Amino acid sequence: MHLILFLIFAGFCLGGAINLLLQTHPINSALSLIVVMTSLAVLYLLLGAEFLAAAQVIVYAGAIMVLFTFVVMLLNAGREERTLGSHVARSIGFPAVVAILAVLATVILHLQGLGSVQMSDGITTTDDLSRVLFHELLLPFEVTSILILIAILGAVALARHGHGDTPNGREGTAGK
Amino acid sequence: MNFSQGVPISWYLLLSATLFSLGVLGFLIKRNLITVFMSIELMLNAVNLSFVTFAHQWHAVKGQIFVFFVMMVAAAEAAVGLAIIIAVFRARATLAVDRIDLMKL
Repeated sequence: MHLILFLIFAGFCLGGAINLLLQTHPINSALSLIVVMTSLAVLYLLLGAEFLAAAQVIVYAGAIMVLFTFVVMLLNAGREERTLGSHVARSIGFPAVVAILAVLATVILHLQGLGSVQMSDGITTTDDLSRVLFHELLLPFEVTSILILIAILGAVALARHGHGDTPNGREGTAGK
Repeated sequence: MNFSQGVPISWYLLLSATLFSLGVLGFLIKRNLITVFMSIELMLNAVNLSFVTFAHQWHAVKGQIFVFFVMMVAAAEAAVGLAIIIAVFRARATLAVDRIDLMKL
């Protein structure tokens, strides 16, 4: 049962990620990224992280991807034209990606003492999570809220209509 | 490996490594600013999967809390990054990364 669920949703993940690379229109890439994130939420649930599965759906597949699709539609992004990119990206980047994957796979396959995930492993409840979060890690939690506040202020300041000498300023002000 | 025992942890880690590599690949081959940014989100998600897997392996709640923090920082990063993309589009009227190669106009 666990194996079947894992194979199905790992397949969705990989298929969505590959589709993200193959699509030329940004809105199609955004929709495949939503598929990846929702399947990851199911995988979190299989690993017993119920709170993170909910947060993944709400924060990532919900909030962040709505922001992405919103910007894609706001900027009226069309098809991308494929170019080959720089020589550096071609000659160093692609071998480096293969090397990263090869090294990671070798290390992972040689790791000893890793167990397996079963349905009967039990879940980490939100209760356990919040107990640690609000007793031991209260200060980082509050600092993160300040970070979010600063990020919101920065986003508003950056996206606000600036000097009036720009070609597409009208659409930007209407959106934000 | 006995598959009736469940799924080996290493499969989750391999999936995470593959997703990360696909994210790096997307970062290199995509030519649209927004899609390049989406590839970064894909890499963040791949690393989150590793964190949750190891948190399950070692029965450590703090691994999951770290993923929670990564999600919050990713939300802040997405808000600021997309605001920068809007500002860049306003200044250049293009989203192609090949034409956005100067810091100043």
